[in-house]
Formats: sequence, C-alpha cells, structure tokens
Amino acid sequence: MRPRRILADFAVFSKGYVRNPIALFFSLVFPIILIAMFGFIFQSGTTKVNLYVENLDHNSNASRTFLTILNHTGAVNVNLVAPSDANASGGFGQYLSNNGYTVGLVIPAGFGAAYLAGNATSPILYTDPQDLTSGGVAEGACTGVANAMNLAASHGKQVVTISNANVGSQVLKYIDYLVPGLVGFTILTSPMFAMVDISSSYRKDHIFRQLSLTPLTKGEWLTAKIIWYIALTFLTTAIMLSIGTFAFGAHVTVGLGLLPFLILGPFFFVSLGMLAGSIAKTPESAAVIGNVVTFPMMFLSGTFFPVSGFNPQLQAVAHALPLYYVIDGMNQTMLFQHYGTTLWIDFAVVFVGSIVVFIAAILAFRWRDE
Amino acid sequence: MPKVIEVDGLVKEYGAVTAVDRIRFSVDEGQVFAFLGPNGAGKTTTVEVLEGLREATKGTVSVLGLDPWTDGRELHRQIGVIPQDFRFFEKITPREAIEYYAALFDRKADAMGLLRQVGLDDKANARFDTLSGGQKQKLGLSLALVNDPKIYFLDEPTTGLDPQARRSIWEVIKTLKAAHRTVFLTTHYLEEAELLADQVAIIHHGRIIAEGTPASIIREHGRPQRLVVEGSPGLPELLRTSLKLPVRVDAGRAVVEIRERKDIVQAMVAIEQSGLPWSGFATESDTLEDVFVSLVGRMDDGVLKSEGSA
Repeated sequence: MRPRRILADFAVFSKGYVRNPIALFFSLVFPIILIAMFGFIFQSGTTKVNLYVENLDHNSNASRTFLTILNHTGAVNVNLVAPSDANASGGFGQYLSNNGYTVGLVIPAGFGAAYLAGNATSPILYTDPQDLTSGGVAEGACTGVANAMNLAASHGKQVVTISNANVGSQVLKYIDYLVPGLVGFTILTSPMFAMVDISSSYRKDHIFRQLSLTPLTKGEWLTAKIIWYIALTFLTTAIMLSIGTFAFGAHVTVGLGLLPFLILGPFFFVSLGMLAGSIAKTPESAAVIGNVVTFPMMFLSGTFFPVSGFNPQLQAVAHALPLYYVIDGMNQTMLFQHYGTTLWIDFAVVFVGSIVVFIAAILAFRWRDE
Repeated sequence: MPKVIEVDGLVKEYGAVTAVDRIRFSVDEGQVFAFLGPNGAGKTTTVEVLEGLREATKGTVSVLGLDPWTDGRELHRQIGVIPQDFRFFEKITPREAIEYYAALFDRKADAMGLLRQVGLDDKANARFDTLSGGQKQKLGLSLALVNDPKIYFLDEPTTGLDPQARRSIWEVIKTLKAAHRTVFLTTHYLEEAELLADQVAIIHHGRIIAEGTPASIIREHGRPQRLVVEGSPGLPELLRTSLKLPVRVDAGRAVVEIRERKDIVQAMVAIEQSGLPWSGFATESDTLEDVFVSLVGRMDDGVLKSEGSA
C-alpha cells in the first residue's frame, strides 16, 4: 500500500463527494433533519406536565406551600390561572377546555383555614380522559404532596420512604439514546448506500477497469473510501452531538472509548457495501441487496429506539445485526460510561467483523471484468 | 525495429462464442498499428487482451516482453490506454484528473501542458459531467499521456466525435508518431487508419483477413487503378478497340482499368487522335475503405472462406 496513492484517491473522491449535493444531503442534512424531528416529537415526553391552577385561597400560606412543593416535585409545572379568567370562560373546566389544557387544579376557598384547623378540604383535580398520562402524573404529584402535608399536620413520622435510583448512572431521556442511535444510523447508511451504488455504477461505466490500468490497487482504493467515511463520521458525530446537546439538552459523554466505534463502524459498512455491490450482477440487484441488508439494521439496531424496549424475539434479531454492536458500544461509553465486558464484546464483534468483511470485499470485488 | 507486441494463435472464447480466432500479428517499436474491423469483429476483445484486461483462451501474447494477464501491474506502468467511450468521476475537473493520475503513477505532471497538447486547456477547470463527448475523449487521451508510456492503446478514440474533435485527436496521434511512440489504434474509420497508420490489420468475425501497409493492402486486395474520361458517347468503344483493355460505362463516362502508367498516356493519345470531343479525365484508385468494404462484404457473402483467400 502506497500512502501517496491512497491520499490521491481520498482527495479526488472527497472532492467529488462534496460537489455532489445529493450525497451531502443524505450524509449531513438528512441526519440533522432526523435528530430535529425525533427530538421535537419526543421532547414532550421528557418535560414536566403543565398543571393549570386556580387558587381560590391565594392568601393562605398553606395553599402557597402546597403549590410550591407541587412545583418542586419535578413532575408538574404549576401555572396559575386568575379566577377572573376562569369565570370569564364560564367556569374553570370550560376555561381548560377552551384553551386545550388537559390538567387543572382548583384549590378551594378556605383551604388554608381548614388545613390549620385539621378539617377536611379537597382541591379538585381536572383531567382529560384523552390524556391519561398527564392526568396520572398530575394526580400522583398532587396526592404525594397532599400526603406529605397531611403527615406534617398530624405530626406523623415517616417510617417508610422510597429512594430513587435509575437503571443507568444518571436519568436518561430519549434524546440521550437518540444521539448515539443517529450517529450509528449515519455510520450505516452513508457508506452502505454509497458503496453499493459505486460498486455497480463504476463497473457499468468501466471506471474500475480504467483504474485497474493504473498502479492503484483494490486495497488502496477501498482504504481511501474507508478513510473518507471515517472523516465524514467524525463530522456528523460532531454535528449530532452539538444539536443533541445544545438544542435538546442531551446528556452524553464523549471519551476515547467512542473512537474505536467511530473508526471501525465506517470501516465495517464501507466494506459491507462494497461486498454487497460486488456480489450483485446488475445495478438493480445491487440496490436490492443493499436495501435488504441495510433496512433491517436501520430500524432494529437501536438507532431510533433502545433495543431493550423490544420484545425478546426482536432483541434476538437485533443481536444478530452488526450495527447493534456499534450502537451498543457507543451507548456503553456515551450514556453509561461502562467500560466493562459488554463494551469489549461490542468492540470485539465490530473489530473482527470489519476485518472479515474487508477481506471478503477485496476478494469479491473485481477490477477487471473477468 | 524490435517488436513490442507479438501475438501468436490468439483465441478468445466467451462460452460457445469465439470472439477472436487464431490471430497472429506483431507490432514494431515506433509504429502506428491500426486494427480495423466492423463492430463486433473482435477489435476490442483483442486490445483488451493486449492490455491485460481479459485473459486469452489460447495462444501467446507478449507486450513489451510481458504477459499482459499475469504481469499486468508491471505492464500498466509502461502503457497508456484510452478505452472506448471513456468515462471518469463526474464531479472532477480535467486538471484534477491529471494530477490524480500523476499521483497514482508517482510522477510529476504538467497538467496544463498535457491539456494544451490535446486541446483541452480551456476546459481545465470544468467538471467532467459538463464536457462534451469529444472533450471527454481528449481527457482520456491526456490521461494516457501522464505516465509517458512506451505503447499507447487507443480503442476507437474518435468514435462518435464531430470532425473537428476527431482531427484534434489525430493531431495528437501524429505528434506521438513523430516522437516514434508505438500506437495500437483500433478503429472502424478507414480514413483514420489510412491517414495515421504505418501498418494495418483488418479483422472480421474474429479473424485477420488482411495485413500490411495501407498501400500494400490496397495493392493486394483492391481493384486496378482506373482512368475515367468524360466526353463523347463514342469514347468507350474507341478505347476498347484501340487499347484492348476492359472498358465500362459509368454515368456516361468511360472507365478504363489500367495495368501500367503508360496505358493512361496511350489512351489520351488515342482520344486526341480520334478527334472525338472530351471534356476531362481523372484517375481513380481504391482507398483502404474500398478494400475494407470489398473484403468485409465478400466475407459476408461467404466468398472469402478463410484468411488470405481474398
């Protein structure tokens, strides 16, 4: 292998790539659209429930304390509604309905006095049957605060308390999973689709044959493509991390453990794309083979949704897909900071797979027609 | 002159189809060798075997003393090739393409000089997908020049080009010829072969049916030279009786098949002495194209049964 030839092929390929608006769209713009789209769609699932409150006892400390605690539960976001606005709508329930709000709370007049006197008082929680999730969250939060205040009023002692813990070392949101998932998506799709197309179109246009008449070797040519897609992966990863972190508040860690997957991932899928394109006899069959290989991986490897949420059968399928190990490896390092056995298994699968597929691609793809 | 290409008994089969059938020829160093034939005759298959792109089924092939199939990598450093219908990376400019090739061949290249040589310097920074067919072929030719090869294989380099583009490719080939470079040219343009080639081989249905210099092929396979005289309707009869040579009438003109140059003088003297009016005369010879059409046509008619019987 001669570095000068690899560098020359890398330079000419990268120039052609950046001058191709379609290639740029699918490798850079499309992932941005995806992260923006999924980020926005699933953002609501990670924020607090908006709770609209009409406080008819706003002068009492008890009602203000109740709402302050409620606001600090982290489950709801208290939004006060002036009684005059509720009355103008023909009542609080109508007010919620008119504004499209699904959860509301009315603190009755005399709430504070009743609390101090130890008499029963009942704030009313309005929920919408069509938004049971928000209603459930609000009900849980309100009940929890009410119980705490009841306990304080009766000078009771907390005997059983629940401590919170997460499966991971931190609270993980959907966007946290989405960042490595979409990096994996681009590691898969950009090289796979491009290499399948290149392998058939270069053959049809006799460009491979033309290159075979130069000192450039198949290995050098393929290496130049791998280097280009590694560079592209670093760029798209930086973009994904920036958008995920700054636009959607993703919490991901970037460490050295990520590097093997950003390098081996493109290595694997450039080779796999070349292999798929090489075994096809026509451009049409190359596209079919490319899609058959790519699409299951695109959706079942943890790109858009964590594999742990799949049923056992689909999880078994995911474990047979190479992209799963790339994304899982990135999850281990970016989300969990686990550098244990799982990460090493991911690395080993991707490393060995890359070498095997690279050799197979070199053997399968022909410079010459015969 | 040492022989740089030697082919003996070359056979190339694709399954049951024999594309090239026991051909034998050689090319001297510094020659422009034109390999002529109609579409499907076996020209491209032969040139691709010589370039090491296809493996011969039988026979021996030597290019610069190397076996093109087994010693391809070594051979490719010493040859330049323009394939038929040259294609390249669509978004790359001619200048970048030459710099790329120079890097692959580990050479320093004067990109603008090479583009000027083929008349493409004004498109140095245009992307390949914006070039015309002729400009693409010129780029292919300039890439074939990058490694300063010992032999140039040009596979139908002017097919489909307009006359101006064709002439500019010819000029480059003439420059190579003047520099005593060996050029192996396949073409189905007879004019091209006649203009450029030192040696010609005509291939048809995978077999070589004529070989030699253009003049020797015309001499061997063409019709006799002809004297054509325009004038009185009585001229054909006069020439037939006075010269004892075959005379026919073509579009009112007397056409005499002459054996020697002095036949022309004798014919004109006889006409002048007869007092019959005549308005002009000319001599006609077969061109390589006439011979080619004649050989290939006769081959198609089944008259030419084997190589050398034409």
